Amino acid sequence: MKTSNLMMATAMATISAFAATGASAESMTLCWAAWDPANALVELSKDFESKTGVNMEFEFVPWPNFADRMLNELNSGGKLCDLMIGDSQWIGGAAENGQYLKLNDFFDANGISMDDFLPATVTGYAEWPKGTPNYWALPAYADVVGWTYRKDWFSRPELQKEFKGKYGYDLGIPADLSQLKDIAEFFQGRDIDGKTVYGAAIYTERGSEGITMGVTNALYNYGFEYGNPENPYAELDGYVNSDGAVAGLEYYKSLYDCCTPPGSSDWYMSEDIDAYKSGQVALQMNFAFIWPGVNADPNVGGDHTGYFANPPGPAGHYAQLGGQGISVVANTEHKDAALEYIKWFAQPEIQARWTEMGGASALRAVVEDPAFPDAQPYNKAFLESMAIVKDFWAEPSYASLLLAMQDRVHKYVVAGQGTAKEALDGLVKDWTEVFQDEGKI
Amino acid sequence: MADKAMDRIAKATPPGITKRVRGLSDRTIAWIFVAPSIFLLLAVNIFPLIWTIRLSFTNFRVNRINADVKWVGLRNYERILNDPDIWQTMQATAHFLIWTIFFQVLIGFTLAYLINKKFRGNDMWTTIIVLPMMLSPAVVGNFWTFLYQPQIGLFNYVVSFFSGVDPASFSMIGSVNLAPWAIVIVDTWMWTPFVMLICLAGLRSIPGSIYEAAECDRASKWRQFWTITIPMVLPFLMMAVLFRGIENFKMFDLVVQLTGGGPGSATEVTSINLKREAFEKWRTGYASAYAVILFVTIFGLASIYVKALNKVKER
Repeated sequence: MKTSNLMMATAMATISAFAATGASAESMTLCWAAWDPANALVELSKDFESKTGVNMEFEFVPWPNFADRMLNELNSGGKLCDLMIGDSQWIGGAAENGQYLKLNDFFDANGISMDDFLPATVTGYAEWPKGTPNYWALPAYADVVGWTYRKDWFSRPELQKEFKGKYGYDLGIPADLSQLKDIAEFFQGRDIDGKTVYGAAIYTERGSEGITMGVTNALYNYGFEYGNPENPYAELDGYVNSDGAVAGLEYYKSLYDCCTPPGSSDWYMSEDIDAYKSGQVALQMNFAFIWPGVNADPNVGGDHTGYFANPPGPAGHYAQLGGQGISVVANTEHKDAALEYIKWFAQPEIQARWTEMGGASALRAVVEDPAFPDAQPYNKAFLESMAIVKDFWAEPSYASLLLAMQDRVHKYVVAGQGTAKEALDGLVKDWTEVFQDEGKI
Repeated sequence: MADKAMDRIAKATPPGITKRVRGLSDRTIAWIFVAPSIFLLLAVNIFPLIWTIRLSFTNFRVNRINADVKWVGLRNYERILNDPDIWQTMQATAHFLIWTIFFQVLIGFTLAYLINKKFRGNDMWTTIIVLPMMLSPAVVGNFWTFLYQPQIGLFNYVVSFFSGVDPASFSMIGSVNLAPWAIVIVDTWMWTPFVMLICLAGLRSIPGSIYEAAECDRASKWRQFWTITIPMVLPFLMMAVLFRGIENFKMFDLVVQLTGGGPGSATEVTSINLKREAFEKWRTGYASAYAVILFVTIFGLASIYVKALNKVKER
């Protein structure tokens, strides 16, 4: 009797264990870069988990390896990621190669309208082909290159006086790129509080996308264009290497040569942050995602720092777009749950909370709220910057196009090889070859 | 004693097993033992090699699985051999290879010669000298970037101390002229102990009686060095050069950590360039042709070198 009871109890326990396993929560994985906003998203996603019972797992890869790791995952048809917050430039390749789900029908069925998001982010993060209403992502994180400056140094009367005497105008937020260089030059090698400081920390990194994300802020504003807008693939000559573009590239090199800290030949986001936070530089070029961290920094945060959008140049006023959209990976085995996550994430209250927690919503209801510009000291600069964005190619062959530009520009700016004209002529040649290989021309 | 043990084992073996094993020929048993290794070799080495050669004649891109794969003949090879950038990476590799081997052999042999002498603390010094090669290349690359930092780096301060130049006035890894030497210095620092150990083994293998005989013949130390030490250590030295040559031809981690191949393409050695073509630009067919060219180059050079090594050994 005792034995049969024991057997019964064991059987019941086994059945309940299996039943529990069968009823356990569905689990899916979101892939993104390893950075502060990703941690905020983990916190935010707890709301989704509690509402749906779906268990969220996260795969975050440090920025330098992010593209390599995630593009390998997409290209190999891996099943690691159900949701992907991928770089804006991946959208063409992911769409054409069937790696992301097209979201138009889903958006229509759930009342999600792209008109509710900042137009630049819709074009940059969601559309392929560009300018057509074909959506492969929901704008998830709005980002743009801008500048931080040492407001406390700028407000010192002795420096203001010296600057005015030397350049003939007040030391403050630069009105254009030429003034930005004057300011950087003014601070280069200067002794401040017994420490030698330098002008500006700018992007010079060679291995991934750094110098391209930096130099475009000068190129766009001097007249560079990604080919003839009417016929972008076949007519690169005269646009990519126009006189304005050459002047823009020469400007960036002169800024690098005159006004950056020694040894800054391979700097990107983290190196620029380190240089700024350690009090080495007066100006810092960086994506806006770092601004909340700078504002909270005990040494350079608060009143020590000011923020401004990339200044205009002789041919226009633009800034390099950053940021990402969130997509459903076509290979997912949790399609319904992944779409449910996007539906949840698109809600205005979640988007508002996303921004509060350290994210950067692209929802107009959030960023166009009258209270938004004054909510944080950097919000005005962010809005100003988001209104002037331009992005790099988002073609399926973006990686080849990017590497060619990295190579040509880095060789000229940092290594001092050849002239700006030769670098851009070379770029035209490389890009033409890529488009020929692609069969686009 | 051993026979008795064998008899005991034979008696203890169940008859079924002995029968089955006895039923196999020596040749079959040999094949059973060798087959897993051959299978692994074919799967891991030979098949990928053949597949790479096949891909090298196509325009295949691994990130476009659905795209048509076209046979392009020798076009990939032609483009590689006519590409000035590729030749520049070859030059960067040759610079790195030649100078690292030169310094490592020179310093490694000198250290081995000194360590071979009996003196107090000999073992302690040997241990200290070999420490760098026990570190991970990624760690070494990372901390040397700090040593080379113009404002806080120890290297610049040491140079400044001896030369009087401003430490912030030069950047070892940011200058086109200095960066190739920066990676040579780090690799030499790290791998000279390896060459030293091989040379030390060579020096300790020379019988003392040969030197005694030379002393009896009144040969000078200089003559003993050139006619006994060098010829007898030469095969060891050549082995060290072979190991370091192969290692440095495929050098990747240290250079990536230190310079990432820059500035410009001053330190872009072939392995970094190949990785960029294959896994960043995703030009799989082109990268396969590149890999085949490098394979043939290394294989050819290594074969010639091994023949020379065997001749030296025979002498």
